[in-house]
Amino acid sequence: MQIKIDENGNFKPTIVAFCCNWCSYAGADLAGTSRLSYPANVKIVRVPCSCRVNPLFILRAFQRGADGVILCGCHPGDCHYTTGNYYTRRRMTLLFNMLDYLGIERDRTRVEWVSAAEGAKMARVMNEFVARICELGENKRLEDLRCKKSLEE
Amino acid sequence: MQRIGVFVCWCGTNIAATVDVKAVAEAARKEPGVVFATDYQYMCSEAGQKLIRDAIAEHKLTGVVICSCSPRMHEATFRKTVEAAGLNPYMLEVANIREQCSWIHKDRTEATEKAVVLARTAIAKVSLNVPLTAGESPVTKRALVIGGGIAGIQSALDIADAGYEVDIVEKQPTIGGKMTQIDKTFPTLDCAACILTPKMVDAAQHEKITIYSYSEVTEVTGFVGAFKARIKRKARFVDETKCTGCGECTSKCPSKKNKNEFNLGLDNRTAIYIPFAQAVPKVAVIDAESCIKKKTGKCGLCQKICGAGAIDYEQKDEYIEREYGAIVVATGYNPIDLAKYDEYAYSQSPDVVTSLELERLMNAAGPTKGTLLRPSDGTHPHTIVFIQCVGSRCDDARGKPYCSKICCMYTAKHAMLIREKYPDTEVHVFYIDVRTPGKNFDEFYRRAVEQYGVDYIKGMVGKVVPHDGKLLVQGSDLIANEQVRIEADMVVLAAAIEPDKSARSIATMLTASIDTNDFFTEAHPKLRPVESPTAGVFLSGVCQGPKDIPETVAQASACAAKVIGLLAKDKLKGNPCVAHVNEEMCNGCSTCEKVCPYGAITYQDKEFRVPGPKRTEIRRVASVNEAVCQGCGACTVACMSGAMDIKGFANKQIFAEVDAICR
Repeated sequence: MQIKIDENGNFKPTIVAFCCNWCSYAGADLAGTSRLSYPANVKIVRVPCSCRVNPLFILRAFQRGADGVILCGCHPGDCHYTTGNYYTRRRMTLLFNMLDYLGIERDRTRVEWVSAAEGAKMARVMNEFVARICELGENKRLEDLRCKKSLEE
Repeated sequence: MQRIGVFVCWCGTNIAATVDVKAVAEAARKEPGVVFATDYQYMCSEAGQKLIRDAIAEHKLTGVVICSCSPRMHEATFRKTVEAAGLNPYMLEVANIREQCSWIHKDRTEATEKAVVLARTAIAKVSLNVPLTAGESPVTKRALVIGGGIAGIQSALDIADAGYEVDIVEKQPTIGGKMTQIDKTFPTLDCAACILTPKMVDAAQHEKITIYSYSEVTEVTGFVGAFKARIKRKARFVDETKCTGCGECTSKCPSKKNKNEFNLGLDNRTAIYIPFAQAVPKVAVIDAESCIKKKTGKCGLCQKICGAGAIDYEQKDEYIEREYGAIVVATGYNPIDLAKYDEYAYSQSPDVVTSLELERLMNAAGPTKGTLLRPSDGTHPHTIVFIQCVGSRCDDARGKPYCSKICCMYTAKHAMLIREKYPDTEVHVFYIDVRTPGKNFDEFYRRAVEQYGVDYIKGMVGKVVPHDGKLLVQGSDLIANEQVRIEADMVVLAAAIEPDKSARSIATMLTASIDTNDFFTEAHPKLRPVESPTAGVFLSGVCQGPKDIPETVAQASACAAKVIGLLAKDKLKGNPCVAHVNEEMCNGCSTCEKVCPYGAITYQDKEFRVPGPKRTEIRRVASVNEAVCQGCGACTVACMSGAMDIKGFANKQIFAEVDAICR
């Protein structure tokens, strides 16, 4: 199990980032090549397109103890698959509304359009997102402790 | 249970300096399914790859995780490595511990912790990988070139010389593009027409090349090796097969006051016209908007006069459909619209011209027959001011942030040519920087200054005011630190260049990517400069970024080499990471079909075994055309019964990754 409080008593959130292979994952690589740092809490999952991200993946992340989930795709109009990110936009609007209704802070989830040329934007978005999650604190509402228990056994 | 091997790369010090690679390998060894874990300095080197192959054989590995640079860098390399050791190439996952870890984190503990999580995420995924086999698809041995400028012509000629059929689609009535309008080329000062027109003729006469002029590509479907394009052949109201290009019709046409696009509106043309004398194809075209017959129904003079009987007022747009294996984008550029730069009085005075207009004014085939005259009164200009970077290197929304690259050189050329032909003419050039990298380029610029006495002033022009038939130019000289006022007869603006307006719609049609300035994006800025990230789409010329003629020709030939490499293959291996239907679960609802951008999903009636006396039943289920599916995954999320999945990015694999991150 990850330790979420470091030795200085600071909260270390767990962040899952879904990045599309064509734009955002390449944008994250560019942030790396340009040595633009962002917190190590962010762990990227590569998906072919942002529209591959099933809302269930996001709920699963929260259930397993993620404190924030961010989804990055190509800019609208620039999708490698032409229309994928439009589906993403609609699906995530619905999901985020539902999470809001359930009392999950709106800022725990985010969609960002990051192109392959926007390494600087990737780093900035990640820095902002992590800072915001740190303010919000731990996700206690959706985390299912039974998942942790079964793992520990 | 899989037998997984984990290989942690140091990448010299790129990874090892911030990530404790030994600790990552140690942690990986404790993960379920991992039977072997090690680290090595350069995993991608021959020795590193041998280490992987040997470990696969020795430990009977069924899955491999490489913790190294981005999969965008070396996934393909390592797929080949594991394949060589007898594993399925898709039994491999790459954990990106360089670009997304060691390069962005400074704290060694933190970076190592993250690398451990990334490794374990990849291990969780690879333990659910299944062997995949890429399907094969045939290659249509024909290339489509969009744009018939020098870039398109050069690419087409090179591809055709290798023995493949090429179609050039050009939206103007003639091929040749911008280069046909240019007078002389730097730094050799040879005449553009003399070097371009023979190439245009070569293209027209080449048995493997078909030119569709006055045509546009309206739709592209399919994928690498098997694109289908729909080409609109706009009605030119002249039968291309009959017209001999004699030009008799153009001399008799009564509608004479139409802006001549070829001379950038500096003179007029008739409604039926041939763009210029060396046009290819040399076939007349009727501009329906200014044709009296088309507007009023009365006239028909050209039809009466045409000996070949080529005029056909009833001609309609035609559509043709063709299949192609590869597509070359060579859509070129245009100078920007200067309406927003009113301080230079471009719209107020005809004597303020763009550099391309000056090319026409100096061209022997231009409106002034090559004599430099002021457009306003036809007199010789005695003082000419050139203004550089109009809209280039501009940080406000009016212009472009990039350097247009060609302006410094063509301005030096213009200044030199004017000083040579009219030694009594004063030439001043306002510049921010003079940029002349290129073979014999700086020597050329220095000749303009030292030999031809062109006055270069470092500084910007604030205002051009038309006054009493003259143009008052107010600028600053940054070196002398003083204001400069020049009473000029003509002002020439080096307007920034931008991609052709069609770039965005063509990119959308091809699902190729463009950048924020609408230039096409290359697959890799250094290592794959002539390929678009979309397989089978190649880039030629200025559509990819500003460049001069030699660079354009070099890129066009490079692009052709890539196309030939593709067309030489008989079969292409596809991407096996495509959608897959669990037919038992599918209820045939058609939702996936609606979200699929490629039309890859169809429905079939299939017979299924069912319990009970009926034994079988016929059900309608989805079926994926694996050659058409690109694997975006839109259908997997839309599917309500959970029957759709993507191979290689399966639901359970992504769940496993999420779980591993959050553990």
